[in-house]
Amino acid sequence: MGLRKVAIVGAGITKFVRRAEETGPEMSYLAAKMALDQAGLKLKDVEMVTVGSAPDAFDGVHMKGEYLLSGAGGNNKQYIRNFVGGGTGVFAPIHGWMHVASGACDVCLVVCSEKMSSCHPHPQGAFLTIFDHTTEQPLKPTLIWIFALEMRRYMETYGLSKTDIARVSVKNKNNALDHPSAQVAEAVTLEDVLNSEVLAEPVHRLDISPASDGAAAVVLVSEDVAKRLTDKPIWIDGVGWNLDTAYWATKDLYYPRYVEKAARMAYEMAGITEPQKQTHIAEPYDPFDYKELHHMEGLLLCERGEAARLTAEGYTARNGNLPVCPSGGALGVGNPIAATGLMKVIEIFLQLREEAGKRQVPGKPKVGVAQAWGDLMQVGTVIVLRR
Amino acid sequence: MNIEKVPVKGLTSEEYDKAIKISWQPKLQYAWDNGIAIGKYLQALKEGKILASYCNGCGRIMLPARSFCELCWRPTDGYTYVNDTGVVNTFAICHVNWDASRLKPDEPRHIPAVIEIDGASQGQGIMHIIGNVEPTKVTIGMKVRAVWKPESEREGSITDIKYFEPY
Amino acid sequence: MKEGVAIVGIGVTGFSSVSPSLSFKELTYSAAVKAYSEAGLRPKDIDSFITASEDFMEGYSIFDEYVPDQLGAVLRPVQTVTADFLQALGIGYMMINTGRFRTIAIEAHSKASNIKTLDEVQSFALDPVYLRPLKENSTFLAGLEMKRFLEDSGNTEEQCAHVVIKNKKNALYNTNAAYGANLTVDDILSSQPISLPLKHLDVAEPADGAIVVVLASHNEAKALCKNPIWIKGIAWFSGQGNPWSRNLCSADYATLAARKAFAMAGITNPLKEIDFAEVCDEYSYKELQHLESMGIVRKGEAGFLTENGATGLDGILPVNVSGGSLGVGHTFEASGGMKTYEAVLQLRNQAGKRQIKDARVGLVQSWRGTPTATGAVAILSNE
Repeated sequence: MGLRKVAIVGAGITKFVRRAEETGPEMSYLAAKMALDQAGLKLKDVEMVTVGSAPDAFDGVHMKGEYLLSGAGGNNKQYIRNFVGGGTGVFAPIHGWMHVASGACDVCLVVCSEKMSSCHPHPQGAFLTIFDHTTEQPLKPTLIWIFALEMRRYMETYGLSKTDIARVSVKNKNNALDHPSAQVAEAVTLEDVLNSEVLAEPVHRLDISPASDGAAAVVLVSEDVAKRLTDKPIWIDGVGWNLDTAYWATKDLYYPRYVEKAARMAYEMAGITEPQKQTHIAEPYDPFDYKELHHMEGLLLCERGEAARLTAEGYTARNGNLPVCPSGGALGVGNPIAATGLMKVIEIFLQLREEAGKRQVPGKPKVGVAQAWGDLMQVGTVIVLRR
Repeated sequence: MNIEKVPVKGLTSEEYDKAIKISWQPKLQYAWDNGIAIGKYLQALKEGKILASYCNGCGRIMLPARSFCELCWRPTDGYTYVNDTGVVNTFAICHVNWDASRLKPDEPRHIPAVIEIDGASQGQGIMHIIGNVEPTKVTIGMKVRAVWKPESEREGSITDIKYFEPY
Repeated sequence: MKEGVAIVGIGVTGFSSVSPSLSFKELTYSAAVKAYSEAGLRPKDIDSFITASEDFMEGYSIFDEYVPDQLGAVLRPVQTVTADFLQALGIGYMMINTGRFRTIAIEAHSKASNIKTLDEVQSFALDPVYLRPLKENSTFLAGLEMKRFLEDSGNTEEQCAHVVIKNKKNALYNTNAAYGANLTVDDILSSQPISLPLKHLDVAEPADGAIVVVLASHNEAKALCKNPIWIKGIAWFSGQGNPWSRNLCSADYATLAARKAFAMAGITNPLKEIDFAEVCDEYSYKELQHLESMGIVRKGEAGFLTENGATGLDGILPVNVSGGSLGVGHTFEASGGMKTYEAVLQLRNQAGKRQIKDARVGLVQSWRGTPTATGAVAILSNE
């Protein structure tokens, strides 16, 4: 049995918005339909479906996967939901890859949907219950705590200033002005970010991506089917994922070692030995601006502690040596958790096909990497795509 | 792909208020079995002490106490008390509550921190709150000690420690 | 590389109505130790790990966070699927077939005793717009379906009671079972009404426990294990859960999954070619409905066959020799795991008093429970 190649041949994204009129299943349908239309396929051509969606607490439905299935095309199909926290958006296509690469099917639909706005009084409240119920929740932690703790550790380790980090938010929010799905694209300046409300020192409001509703989908097919459908299949060259210990307070937070391990797993499969040279475009997960830097280092796209300097030098701009988050990322487009990760995968897909419109980076990129992160600073999910 | 007309309509907060909505407040109550290790950890907190486990395989003294070493894949070799002092590994000064509502101007700021506990292995920290100090005076590397609730008020919970203060 | 995926190690800690001495981590660790040691593997030798769990059953948002430590999987590729154990097993099977993974560990557990408001959690899965506002206990869906199924198939309430009797009696011979009992038809028919025709004794009661399985590719399995249990076929299907948009008479998910699993395993005459079946009996009528839907027996016959002992230990097709969920306890996402455990014991000739003679091929089937229409089927064999 040879190793089967798997390609992405269609993609769809809805708008990312703060309070969607549509339900989770409806958003899933819209994204899935877009993806199938682009691939030139119908739902009956789809054999299996995998759905990614982050905490059930957002949509307020137990067994959220079963609830989404009607919209995600799962009726009378082999359908399953994968869920690795914030890493889900990039893990979902990896899950789809398993379906096709194993020979179990030739056409797999991957859908990610999130409706955070259902959760009241604020979606952030759902994150109280990600902390250990016995040893941590009694302290009434909020999601912002862990980011602020990690950000401060990162800044202190490398002597970075808030300005160094805010540059990422400026880059991404401005990049997002060219993304049709964008929720919070804005021509912000450094001053805007640094003057925005402090939520948890050192985190300001404009350092954070918003709570969002949205969905995205991709169609994965085997090599034979890909060649029949399109002359621009984008191959999944490498997949990697890694989960660190639940005892998050016993690790040094300045470096995401689990992202590195996931990246190495994906790079090895893709035959990439020098990621800095052999990767042309990157979409690391950026729910907070410092995370883009944190993840660039974890993805081995630069030396530890160097990401901020490279950003300041324009290295990661759309016309830089290594465009990072040309989509506008979570910071600019929005962060409906699972759909964000898939949005990033789709960005690489579009960029490699030179179909990214105003966001297109120059130089005809051939290899791109997308990454998502999640849980309590634990999960890294990485995918390498190649034209 | 040309995303000509991207679907999904976002409502403004006024539109949202006027929309027909269905709300539901689920009753989700759990009573988690603490098991051997966490049971002992909580019991120790009630007694005003912090309990760790040690593994002779990797030599770590770990927090919170656990019955098996997840790295060596073997039962831990025993429990040992560690100090109730430590060093701040990282901290934040928080102006929002768990539900994203803002703290009122006269309410004290929340200062969560990761505190590396003295007596446990390097890097073994727990999350807790820093108190009794000006937020601007908190630094990474600061030495802190636990301030316990009086014995009669302790329940066997992480909140038996009110906060950690500098010393 | 020869094809084939086998179970080379399995460990269970359970099943009981409560498990207060162990946390879920300790429970799972104990099952994992058994499974890995049976497989002769250390965690670092295992290529990837899969957990089947649902957040609201654990009381955590993102339960995935709390998975790796008790599987020895820190800084390893770990994933969570919100599905039944059998579906997770199917993903592991796929992963090995990609050719890039040699061994996979799969776990699921139930700590249902820790959920004080279990009914509320289950009702939280109902459609928020169309069903939940009715404020009914979600078992009403099972009562509804049972009535329609019995009317359409001609099976009777008494025959459903025979399922309960058989399974709880079988459980008396299973040291891992929580709800073994010796009952009469009257006991069941006169038990408290829940959602008629569903009565208290028709419903499997929750149990705690954990199960871990180690899968290996063909070559690894041959090297590791004297008696690997091969997965000959595995499939799952989902349908719309809402009762007005699906078939209430027959379980389509079971029909489709069985058809696919039989095809993968080369089975054309299930009744003859399968030696035993572990079938979902979360509600007594479900065992009959699943047997008929999978095409193992003809429509309307399952009740009659059960009443006459055809699905007993000495019958033509022993069903739920373990005791099923009715006898062992309902373990939610771990249900498929409990049934897999029984199948493995039978196929290894390790089932003691309840050993079926010459067991070579077994069928394992699961359903995700109300309000879903999702279920899986696996065919296991020792050849």
